[in-house]
Order: sequence, then C-alpha cells, then structure tokens
Amino acid sequence: MIEIENVRKSFGTLEVLKGVSMTVDRGEVVSVIGGSGSGKSTLLMCINGLEPIDSGRVLVDGIEVHAKGTDLNKLRRRIGIVFQQWNAFPHLTVLENTTLALRKVLGKSKAEANEIAVRQLEHVGLKEKLDVYPGKLSGGQQQRMAIARALAMSPDYMLFDEVTSALDPQLVGEVLDTMRLLAKEGMTMIVVTHEMGFAREVSNRVAFFKDGLIHEIGTPQQIFERPERPGTAAFLGSVL
Amino acid sequence: MFDTGVSLNDLRFMAYGAGWTLLITAVSVAGGTLLGALFGTARAGTPLWVSLPIGFVLDIFRSVPLLIQLVLFNSFIPILGLRATPFLVSCLVLALYTAALCSEIVRGGIEAVPQTTRRAARSLGMTWGQDMTFIVFPLALRVMFPSWIGLTLGVMKDTSLVAWIGVIELLKSSQILVTRMPNEPLFILGIAGLIYFLISFPVSRLGARLERKWREND
Repeated sequence: MIEIENVRKSFGTLEVLKGVSMTVDRGEVVSVIGGSGSGKSTLLMCINGLEPIDSGRVLVDGIEVHAKGTDLNKLRRRIGIVFQQWNAFPHLTVLENTTLALRKVLGKSKAEANEIAVRQLEHVGLKEKLDVYPGKLSGGQQQRMAIARALAMSPDYMLFDEVTSALDPQLVGEVLDTMRLLAKEGMTMIVVTHEMGFAREVSNRVAFFKDGLIHEIGTPQQIFERPERPGTAAFLGSVL
Repeated sequence: MFDTGVSLNDLRFMAYGAGWTLLITAVSVAGGTLLGALFGTARAGTPLWVSLPIGFVLDIFRSVPLLIQLVLFNSFIPILGLRATPFLVSCLVLALYTAALCSEIVRGGIEAVPQTTRRAARSLGMTWGQDMTFIVFPLALRVMFPSWIGLTLGVMKDTSLVAWIGVIELLKSSQILVTRMPNEPLFILGIAGLIYFLISFPVSRLGARLERKWREND
C-alpha cells in the first residue's frame, strides 16, 4: 500500500504540492489527471524518493520513503517507474538495457537475467529487437522497452509519468495496450496521464489534481459522469 | 646531390630524445588523466563549496604558461629541501597541467549526460556508483574522447618545453645537433618535426576510428 500524507513540496518559491494526501491499495489502478504544472509528475517522483519533500510523509508498505535511515536503492527495486521521455540507455542494446539492473542491482547471473529480460520484452512485443540499440527504435518501442525494463525487476508498484505524452499519436495505442495488459494482471499502478479514455476505462479510481492539491478523487464514473466539484467539471469540459 | 653531415648516429641520438618525449608524454597523460577524472568527477558531483576551490586551484595550472611553471617548480623543489630530477619535475608539472585541462573535459562530459537518463538508472535501484560506472562514464566517454585526444596531442607537443630545464628530449636533442652542425638547422628540425608527426598521427587516426565505431550505434 502506498500512503501519501499531507505532502508539501516547493521548487524555490513555487509550491507545487500543497498538502497532498491519498492512498493506493495493492492491486489498485489509480489515474492522476489534471492540467500541466499541477504537480502530478512531482508527486510520482516523491513516491520513490527521486524528489525530496518539504513536509508530510510517504509510506510504501509502511516504510517511510523520506526518513533518514531508509535505503532508497532497496526501496526503488520494488517501485518501477516509466517516464515521459522514455530514457533508454543509448549505449546498451534493448536486451542490455533490460538486464543491467537485474545483474548489477539484484545480482542475477547473466543467463538468469537474460531469461527474465527476454520474457518481459516478449510481453511488451519486443522479442525481435533484443540486439538493437534504442536509437534504432521508434518512440513507442522505446517506451515499451522502458516498461519491460521496469517490470523485469518484478516491482510491486508501477508508476507511469505521462508515458504517452511525447509519442506520435499513432504510437500511443501500443503503449496503452501494454499498460491495459498490466492492469488486467493485477499490477498496482499510479498513472499520471492525459489519456482520459484510458483513465476512465482502466482505473479503479481517478484523482483530479488542481493547484497542487487533489481537487477530487473517486471512481471513474463519479469523476467523469457526475463530478461533485465545479473545478473538476470545468477541467473535464475543457479536455473532453 | 644532397649532402648532409647528419649521420646514422645522430639520428639514433634523436630517436633517443624521441623516446624521452614519449615517456614524459605517457607518464604525464596517464597521471593527469587519472587526476583529471578524479577532480572532474568531484566537480560535477559536489556542492559549490567543494567544487569552487578545486576549480580555482586547477585554474592556476591552466592559466600560467607551462614554461613558467616548469622553471618555478624546478627552482622551488630544491628550496623546499626536496630532490627531483628534471625528468620528475617535467612529469609532475605536465601531469598537473593535463589534470587541470582534463578535469574540465570530464566535468563537461558528465554534465552532458541528461539528468533524466540518470534518474532512470537510479529509479531501477542503482546506487550513485553504479549509475556513474554503467551509465554516466560510458556515455560521457563519447563526449570527452575527441577533446581528450586533442589534449594528449597537445601535451605531447608541449613536452618540448621541458628542454628548458635540461631534459634531453626530442627538441633538445635536435638543438644539440644544430649546435654542432650550425649550417643544417632546417634539415634537423625538419626531421624532428617529422618524428613529432609520426608520433601524433597514429593517435589521431585511432581516435577518429573509435569515434566512428561509437557513432554507428547512435
């Protein structure tokens, strides 16, 4: 379970998170929607400790992420994250991208790591591309590789940070399909997204972010069909 | 008919000088690169109050002409009660000079690796050291390499300055020959230049080849 309690975070004088609280249960898919610059992505970075926070706390299975003694490297093995700019390691092949952390972080043998990586790459439809360098892949393929790379660590949680925003429109579908598959398999996911159709179809709950706060959170039916707050309705009116 | 007083023995003497040139280059580039990598990494990865003083000291070595550094070091070391051969002083000064330039190359290379790529590495549970070893250095190397080759060739040519403190390297050996055969300076310096070129050329070719090979994957 991920528990976010009254988290505040500023960059300089700009406060991007103004006391955010929410919990995500095991097996749940929560989509986070909202305008650009509303703090959605920053929140994800706080969950695995890539960003420090100013106050409040984040607990992952009871472990406080920003506490002094927390071994972040160990914690991060259990939290996969996929970024908007897929962030392939350009000097490594698709297979090497996927096996690097398995070998160096989890200490698996080369054979073992290859087996896991091939399985995950097959899962996202990249079995034919094992020895290709990322530079030769399309954006959608690179993004699916990034998903396989994160999944190879067998994380308990997956965080997605606007993973389709930088893709050409015709490549969005293949990445969303991969994420649908994951959700169906019961992965716990927090998905920051602008894909309203996806959020509505796949999520257990949808959180609408506005001005550094969760403005409204509820089932997709509630948020999309009968939002309780006017801010939510106004946002949905502008994007749908 | 071309007639010259330069004998085979004289050429052997120049080859001996060239040997010292190579040795001083190798020692100072190796030492300087090691130190430079260390300082460059420190400067890229530490807060300003660490990075700035290191940068300031290195700036001194970068900005003062090598000749002055050589002469000063050569005079000050005995004053401090230490003993060092001109060869050792040469290597020390050139290594520090190389380190100062190399640290900037390394810092630039490290900073050229996108933060987002490094975040991806850390998000997989890699430590700072693993991120540096498996992601940052291999990527930075491609950025740094051309400048590093240039630096190496520059230092090789700068070794000619150590003739001033009495090391008989390639230039000094040529000068000695010129003193003996004052009517043939152009021929002798021509040979010296050719030898410098023969040392540089393979290095720059090798550099170009490696660069091409790395670019194939991008």
